[in-house]
Amino acid sequence: MHASTTQDGAAGRLVTIDAVMQQVAEHKGCGTQGGSGKASCGSAAGQGDLPTEIWEKVKNHPCYSEEAHHHYARMHVAVAPACNIQCNYCNRKYDCANESRPGVVSERLTPEQAARKVLAVASTIPQMTVLGIAGPGDPLANPAKTFKTFELISQTAPDIKLCLSTNGLALPDHVDTIARYNVDHVTITINMVDPEVGAKIYPWVYWNHKRYTGVEAARLLTERQLRGLEMLTERGILCKVNSVMIPGVNDRHLVEVNRAVKSRGAFLHNIMPLISAPEHGTVFGLTGQRGPTAQELKALQDDCEGEMNMMRHCRQCRADAVGLLGEDRSAEFTTEKIMEMEVDYDLEGRQAYQARVEEERVAKVAAKQEELATLAGARSDITLLVAVATKGSGLINEHFGHAKEFQVYELSTAGAKFVGHRRVDLYCQGGFGDEDSLQTVIRAINDCHAVFVAKIGGCPKADLLGAGIEPVDQYAHEFIEKSAIAWFKGYLGKVAAGELVHSPRGDAAIRQGALIVAA
Amino acid sequence: MAYKIIASQCTSCSACEAECPNVAISEKGGTFVINPKKCTECIGYFDVPQCVAVCPVDNTCVIDTTYPRYQAAG
Repeated sequence: MHASTTQDGAAGRLVTIDAVMQQVAEHKGCGTQGGSGKASCGSAAGQGDLPTEIWEKVKNHPCYSEEAHHHYARMHVAVAPACNIQCNYCNRKYDCANESRPGVVSERLTPEQAARKVLAVASTIPQMTVLGIAGPGDPLANPAKTFKTFELISQTAPDIKLCLSTNGLALPDHVDTIARYNVDHVTITINMVDPEVGAKIYPWVYWNHKRYTGVEAARLLTERQLRGLEMLTERGILCKVNSVMIPGVNDRHLVEVNRAVKSRGAFLHNIMPLISAPEHGTVFGLTGQRGPTAQELKALQDDCEGEMNMMRHCRQCRADAVGLLGEDRSAEFTTEKIMEMEVDYDLEGRQAYQARVEEERVAKVAAKQEELATLAGARSDITLLVAVATKGSGLINEHFGHAKEFQVYELSTAGAKFVGHRRVDLYCQGGFGDEDSLQTVIRAINDCHAVFVAKIGGCPKADLLGAGIEPVDQYAHEFIEKSAIAWFKGYLGKVAAGELVHSPRGDAAIRQGALIVAA
Repeated sequence: MAYKIIASQCTSCSACEAECPNVAISEKGGTFVINPKKCTECIGYFDVPQCVAVCPVDNTCVIDTTYPRYQAAG
């Protein structure tokens, strides 16, 4: 929390907490006036036309607000090891620190250890605003441990938002308890609404002391998922629906799922690519079921977007992830380490820090609006993608070679829209660029016309140009959207002047392997 | 007889522990074990042994033939 007395230089510039709070109060709703064409997409830019009570719930929730995920962090505590269903994309035996998949954790915690860990993380990372229970099994198949954890945390860290992620089978039995513990956000993984499709995804479910298989299992699951969703939305609890896109199994069917969950009041739909590799030991991994390409995923997300808000910034994180989405600091907070840490839960300090984050956000949106205004007269049908290397805060602030992922924005005369992210291996480790890794990066962003970075070396620069991707480092440490719009304006200008010919890019690969944690 | 858990296959997910009507299952050395003196094979409680039905790894909760078949009282 030393950061709260920033070295702003002159003493006169030192901001008092009161002044910051006052400004935040004046900027209620974040001062963001809609945004590009899809102002209704409240999960993206600012409040847009979201009702204030919902905006208050999502504005600093990284998983529910795309805009918030650049600034706020979340953590999962792995207190729920048991599961009540079997999914063909999950194998619980596989447990490796370098592996990033929802069902995987390195260490299981008791509710007491979890509460201690939350305090330790919240004291170290003031922008940590959300605590989720997502497994590694199903939180509601471990109701005693899950709700005990929520109880302990709501006593010691009342400002932290509680959320849980479930397969929905046991959901109708626990809705009242969820409401009682003030769990504001519930995510249900719904991969089908047709039991025939479900039978290809779920070999069995365990319910009411019995194991059900095949179509019967899937019918039971879908009925209980949808009923649980209705019960939650009736009580005003915000629901996100996660769906795993499995090409040839449920890909087109997810449009139907989208309609079904929207009509039952789901707030946000998150369609994620199947993670499937033989070494995971999952049924799909072993049968060679492939995941979607970047283009297939985006096309499906675009098809569903007319219907409701789509989440495109999900990192499919582990059930013990800690930090901003896209980074994982769980190794800093093992049980052994948190027991030694001095925990000082400074609620005021956290609030002051978060107030400064809100100021940053307001500045970012203002910069984007300003730049967008200069594009107002432009007319063009050109739509293209660009990749951005960022460490967060909405800035182009990562070296090309250090990027573990790239964020992807779609640019058009309507502005810059976040449409996804691409995980890549660390291209550069200890100063050595590795040719094969560079090829991995190029494959991952092959559908992009340009890549925005804080810095890039000469060799990769040349290789990127050779692959038809323009490396852009002139906007280092500036706001992403403002810079992307400015660059796009220049691009349109060059096309209009006949200096370059616009041509579409190819498809890109979604990386399936393990996330390599930086040493 | 009673059921036993093959330790090398147990993922230690604890799902069986909560389902056992006899409270015969507990954690031991990182995985879960069934106390054969308490196990009734779920006879008298359920149609199928609950540990078998809920276990995520097939053929991990299996009959331990070194114990005589459980006889329901009466």
